[in-house]
Amino acid sequence: MNNFQYSRASDVADAIRLLAADPGAKLIAGGTNLIDLMKENVERPSRLIDISRLPLRDIEETADGGLRIGALVPNSDLAYHPLIEQRYPLLASAILAGASAQLRNMASVGGNLMQRTRCAYFYDTTTPCNKRSPGTGCSARDGLNRNHAILGTSTSCIATNPSDMSVALAALGALVHIAGRTGERTVALTDFHRLPDDKPHLDTNLGSGEIITAIELPPQGFARNYSYLKIRDRLSYAFALVSVAAAIELEGNAISEARLALGGVAHKPWRSPEAEAALRGQAATPDHFGRAADLLLQGATARSHNGFKIELARRAVVRALIQATNATPQSQAHKKIA
Amino acid sequence: MNAYVGTPTSRVDGRAKVTGAAKYAGEFTAEGLVHGFVVEATIPRGRIVRLDTGEALKVAGVLDVLTHTNRPSLADKDEAWKDEVAPEGSPFRPLYDDLIRFNGQPIALVVAEEWETAKFAATLVRIDYEQDGFATDLEAERGSAREMDKPHEPRGDAKAALAAAPLRHEADYLIPTEHHNPMELYATTTVWESDGKLTVYDKTQGVQNVQKFLCGVFDKKPEEIRVLSPYVGGAFGSGLRPQYQVVLATLAALALKRSVRVVLTRQQMYGLGYRPMTIEHVALGARPDGTLDAVSHEAIAVTSRYEDFSRNDTGWAEQLYKSPNSHFSHKLVDLDVSTPCDMRAPGAATGVLALECAMDELAVALKLDPIELRLKCYSDRDQSEDLPYTSKQLRECYARGAEAFGWARRAPAPRSMRDGKELIGWGMATGVWEALQMPVAVRIVLTANGHAEVSCAASDIGTGTYTIVAQVAADALGLPIENISVRLADSTLPQAPVEGGSWMAASSAHAVLGAAEDIRQELARLAKAMPGSPLANLDAADVTLVDGMIASDGKDGAAVSIADVMRHSKLERIEKEKLNQFTEDKSHARNTHSAVFAEVKVDEELGVIRVTRVVSAVAAGRILNTKTGRSQIMGSVVWGIGMALHEETMMDHRFGRIMNANIAEYHIPVNADIHDIDVIFVDEPDSRINRMGIKGLGEIGIVGVPAAIANAVYHATGKRIRRFPITLDKLLD
Ligand SMILES: Cc1cc2nc3c(=O)[nH]c(=O)nc-3n(C[C@H](O)[C@H](O)[C@H](O)COP(=O)(O)OP(=O)(O)OC[C@H]3O[C@@H](n4cnc5c(N)ncnc54)[C@H](O)[C@@H]3O)c2cc1C
Ligand code: SF4
Repeated sequence: MNNFQYSRASDVADAIRLLAADPGAKLIAGGTNLIDLMKENVERPSRLIDISRLPLRDIEETADGGLRIGALVPNSDLAYHPLIEQRYPLLASAILAGASAQLRNMASVGGNLMQRTRCAYFYDTTTPCNKRSPGTGCSARDGLNRNHAILGTSTSCIATNPSDMSVALAALGALVHIAGRTGERTVALTDFHRLPDDKPHLDTNLGSGEIITAIELPPQGFARNYSYLKIRDRLSYAFALVSVAAAIELEGNAISEARLALGGVAHKPWRSPEAEAALRGQAATPDHFGRAADLLLQGATARSHNGFKIELARRAVVRALIQATNATPQSQAHKKIA
Repeated sequence: MNAYVGTPTSRVDGRAKVTGAAKYAGEFTAEGLVHGFVVEATIPRGRIVRLDTGEALKVAGVLDVLTHTNRPSLADKDEAWKDEVAPEGSPFRPLYDDLIRFNGQPIALVVAEEWETAKFAATLVRIDYEQDGFATDLEAERGSAREMDKPHEPRGDAKAALAAAPLRHEADYLIPTEHHNPMELYATTTVWESDGKLTVYDKTQGVQNVQKFLCGVFDKKPEEIRVLSPYVGGAFGSGLRPQYQVVLATLAALALKRSVRVVLTRQQMYGLGYRPMTIEHVALGARPDGTLDAVSHEAIAVTSRYEDFSRNDTGWAEQLYKSPNSHFSHKLVDLDVSTPCDMRAPGAATGVLALECAMDELAVALKLDPIELRLKCYSDRDQSEDLPYTSKQLRECYARGAEAFGWARRAPAPRSMRDGKELIGWGMATGVWEALQMPVAVRIVLTANGHAEVSCAASDIGTGTYTIVAQVAADALGLPIENISVRLADSTLPQAPVEGGSWMAASSAHAVLGAAEDIRQELARLAKAMPGSPLANLDAADVTLVDGMIASDGKDGAAVSIADVMRHSKLERIEKEKLNQFTEDKSHARNTHSAVFAEVKVDEELGVIRVTRVVSAVAAGRILNTKTGRSQIMGSVVWGIGMALHEETMMDHRFGRIMNANIAEYHIPVNADIHDIDVIFVDEPDSRINRMGIKGLGEIGIVGVPAAIANAVYHATGKRIRRFPITLDKLLD
């Protein structure tokens, strides 16, 4: 861990000012990812700007019937908030599929969106890694890459984004509210995270002096037919090998609207307009689900150890869609995949 | 009188542990305590050509950076570095010279007023290496394996018998490197006493082992170093040998003449010992009726380049399965890694895993029920020495375990049982371990107020030694357990070996009996001498200590209270210390056994495996405490589930580095992975092994569990996974 300065931001504008004043500064919210990375010397901020006490903890209804969620709402509070449980249970489920109760109590919405990859080489400062030290190479390409991406990879980086929450947010069509020196802006969650291309050191499109202030959920919550299915190496407390956020609207047995997002397979939550379009207007049958899964996984490529993810993802998509159709979403409390 | 022995007595140290009153090595403090942080090598093999500590030393609060160039003197002979359980070879010496022998090797210790300062300054130490070629991959280096000691002599001609056998099963089973990951981090607090003596609080399984080791390494007299380890937050074998942090903390204390604490990080603990990756090759030759003609078991395991660590992986079939021909071989491959060490049931956990999977495969080939096959081959003798057992209730384990599990309802064909989307598999395996016993001394001080203090240098690594010592003492002295206080794990206390090998229960219990017996004799003598004593005509042999009384064994009901006797004799205390030695008896083999039954449910499409039921039926002589004993077995079963499905230390052989050196990525089971665990203790009276019939329970519980699960996975899916752990990707087509 390096030596750093510490400032507590008095308001959002102050945080932005502090960020601008020190290019080596980092925001800290729950600290559950940043402190870990500092202990490993992966992150070496010159200054920590503590935003944990800023008044960004509200969950309020928006004019169009959606919800606006402050960036500092703890993951647990969000998952157990009555409005989320009732109207966006997919989001609640995805959050509860992640980490542990203790971590979720500390973790913030903004920090969750910004959490960095779990690629082992990224964490080990003695090994080459383009994400950590641009230009040094990617150790995972020909190394231990069982957990790595199968979609949207580049020759520079094959890391995955580890967030569960983001996968649900991507499926729900959430927006990210951002504040910076030049004012506020909003981006779609699906445009918030980046693919690695030749700049894998950039995880997101957040500018260097910017801060996430809130996320916004559109009115449509898919509260009846949804499922978040996370497949991992043990039944709890492990990052996804593959996860699926599935949300559909049914009219009888016909799908009128469909959302599918994959986690654990790419540098960002993975959605495909083709896959979702292929479901719309179709009967909710395993065959159609399989076709959508194939479209979603189009272009998937494997490295030495992660080839299994392609078939696993396909099967998980089908399973999650069946769970969604039957209105029997995957429970995050049962010791069992339904 | 057995008021406590054999009962589910709660841990006598339980309250101290849950309230935080129990102190661990890294929690002791001293005036002026300073902190050391370890700088590790980042290459697996080579030489330090430059070690620049200038920047680190400039940090305010940094007191010193110790390296091989500026450290106080350390012993230069291997003998001094060999602890009680060191394997053959030349033990690792931290900060000794410029050679790098493994990735993660400690090469400097930054000492600072604050731990955080030391940790920060450690990042400023600059090291240049001259890197040499290295190898860390067992499978790639398999060809360079060299034969080790042969633990068991061959019998007959296994090769010819295998070639001629009507039915053969032969396969490699691959078990990865595993790390212990005890909850407590490795830590030492070395206190610099005002007279220059050292009090060392260390996380260890043997304080006297560490004490002798430190005296050798630092050329100290025994009275100059005292080592304590009153509580240990798990060790599982990793604390049998002194670990490098105890050398570094003590080195720094000597250099600075101050008290120093060194706590390793979780990551750094992956530079200590581990269960070595092993390739187990098992070949079985059988007749159609299920009797064996030949057993061949060969193991190839990792060791370091400087020490030969090996355990008995291959000999267990000699104990379990009758075969006229057998062959065993153990080979080692020297790699640029630290030396492996014992981990719960070393050798058996791995070797029996392979053997029991092989037996399952043979049962499938023979179309025999797996239990039936084992009963057909059942050996009433240890074939390697041709000896009977002091006791062996393994048949009863099979019967009781099968009954509790409902084995009779098993449909033999793979993939023939299911529950919705899940395939159900039922598998079983045998477990076997040794029943060892060692010389241990105990001191008992009985005071006139009816309290007794029982003390011994043995450690309690969480297994429950405090509790069973208290139970045995309470029964032997006829006192309520609340009146017994137990002191353990101080090198100045009566002699004990390291706590390992499952030998401490039998060894410490008999030492307590011995010392208590002397107390009883003394009390009987004093009681007889009392004027008008009702026991005047009785022999010492005819009285028992019970309920605070010295009582006649006869029907006369004659008794006097211990308090009266002591008061009358003007004695405040009676103190007896006794070393218990077991008489060597080579006429019988001594083992514990188990039969493990597992149910798995495997999601047919997704490959997700759940171990929904485990029944472990254990025969291990007298169970001193059914509560702590059951906990031992349950914990072992959980670990066995991890061994089957989760645990794997992953190394990138291009860098010779462990890439999952943390407990987020090194997976062990979590609560969601654990379902029903049923522990059955099978009655196993054993009057031959020792007076109380104790065999020990620490290790038997894990042996057989991973094989039972692997066999269940085969039964569920029809897929035989021989490369552990069985992760879901291995089950996807
Ligand atoms: C052992 C372990 C297991 C885990 N398992 C899972 C899992 O299974 N699934 C999962 O999804 N997650 C998992 N996590 C990750 C966890 O969800 C994240 O650590 C957490 O969400 C981060 O939130 P935080 O508030 O603590 O972020 P911090 O650590 O405080 O910050 C993380 C990053 O976000 C930036 N940041 C924080 N707030 C803002 C903001 N408002 N605007 C801009 N930038 C900001 C910080 O500068 C920093 O770079 C796990 C973590 C651990 C330690
Ligand atoms: S996958 Fe990305 S994060 Fe991992 S080593 Fe390669 S560049 Fe680094």
